[in-house]
Amino acid sequence: MNTTYQAWQKFLAEVGDVSRFTLRFFKEFLRPRYEGQELLRQSFYIGYKSLGLVGITAFIMGLVITIQSRPTLVEFGAEAWLPKMVSVSLVREIAPVISALICAGKIGSSIGAELGSMKVTEQIDAMEVSGTNPFKYLVVTRVLAATFMIPILAVLADAISLYGGYLGANIRGVVSWDLYWNQVFDTLAYADIVPSIIKTFFFGFAIGIIGCYKGYNSNKGTEGVGRSANAAVVVASLLVFVIDLIVVQLTDVLNLT
Amino acid sequence: METAQGPVIHLDKLNKSFGSNHVLRDFSFDLHPEENVVVLGKSGSGKSVLIKCIIGLLKPDSGIVNVFGKDIPDLDQDELDRMRVKVGFLFQSNALYDSMTVRENLEFPLRRHLIQKNRETVDELVMEALSNVGLANTVDMMPSQLSGGMRKRIALARTLILKPEIILYDEPTTGLDPITAMEIINLIIEVQKKYKASSLIISHDMNCVKYAAHRVVMLIDGECYAVGTYEELKRSTDTKVKQFFE
Repeated sequence: MNTTYQAWQKFLAEVGDVSRFTLRFFKEFLRPRYEGQELLRQSFYIGYKSLGLVGITAFIMGLVITIQSRPTLVEFGAEAWLPKMVSVSLVREIAPVISALICAGKIGSSIGAELGSMKVTEQIDAMEVSGTNPFKYLVVTRVLAATFMIPILAVLADAISLYGGYLGANIRGVVSWDLYWNQVFDTLAYADIVPSIIKTFFFGFAIGIIGCYKGYNSNKGTEGVGRSANAAVVVASLLVFVIDLIVVQLTDVLNLT
Repeated sequence: METAQGPVIHLDKLNKSFGSNHVLRDFSFDLHPEENVVVLGKSGSGKSVLIKCIIGLLKPDSGIVNVFGKDIPDLDQDELDRMRVKVGFLFQSNALYDSMTVRENLEFPLRRHLIQKNRETVDELVMEALSNVGLANTVDMMPSQLSGGMRKRIALARTLILKPEIILYDEPTTGLDPITAMEIINLIIEVQKKYKASSLIISHDMNCVKYAAHRVVMLIDGECYAVGTYEELKRSTDTKVKQFFE
């Protein structure tokens, strides 16, 4: 009983700390000076350097989903619906969520480990005593870069996974290039695309803020750095699913589906 | 070393605790212009806490921390940042930015505070700072490629690049072999003469105390236990003071 109470207490304290950290992010974000150059550098690392991994994963997901879905549709004589079904699944859910999970693993851990290591080796203190606001320079730039790069990666993942779907549809059957894309674009509506893009901004923000929070508050030496990186991935991945659930519920309630 | 200008750092009845651990107790002390003061004390005696209170990385529980006539705990972030440009800090761990080359490490504070930011001026200042510590050839190397002594020198060059009026050294010779440690001590003395800066050196290295200090402050049990020159303290009959000089 006591352990459960302590675990809840620890959890609520952590939620409070993350909320304070997030509020500080907004406060520092609005205050000049703006770290444009560092923001660009981080956008390059977060966006461009993750493109390969996200692209390969999206391609495989598109391919696999199409191959897996085909037999069931064939059973019901609905093979012609394959591009429609695959495109809705990929664009609404699979591509954005898988991209975000890949980014939670790659970017969340990298930010957590980098800031954690900077914290335990006093590099963050060194930045502060040199008259630079480390929160603004390290945290604000990384959170913004993650918030804006992950939606771009998700849109690219949508396109690549749909291409994977096209190849998957042609492994056992024959679907022409024009027919496949016509069916895809006929099926997809703004209500499929817009909410799925909007939620990726929240995914990006959550991945950035959790990675930075865990790294920035790292302690206990090198062991703490490992823990920060690990916790950043676990919490950010979990948050991706929670945000996804909330957005799906909201779009349903708002009748956007 | 007393001057008409008054102290550049003035600490009065400084207290700092972490939970029940009372680290600094009514610590009072002045650092005067162009003076080298070594704060001597055992490991865990609160030396690093003292230096972090001075630079504003830690907030004291009570007491006065006054640098260049300004109360550090009362400064807002912008004022603190402006003040920190005039105060260099050499970390015990060097705290070089791992992801940057030596050049970028030195350029970092320059680019943020130098109004004249053209490439030539920045290059000139970087090379001057590196030459001062005898490591001009390392400019394009990464910190991980350097030895402990070299990293310390680079960290010192980064500290000096904004030409601070006060330099705070946190255990500058810890973890170095005696020869490299002596080189660093000589550098501290040279730097003080060249830049006419005031230095506060946190150390438990008796060579550092002997050669670099104009004055020694003994920090024992969180208190300013004794103050004097190396020779004065060496002659002391107090048991706690004597144990450092035996």
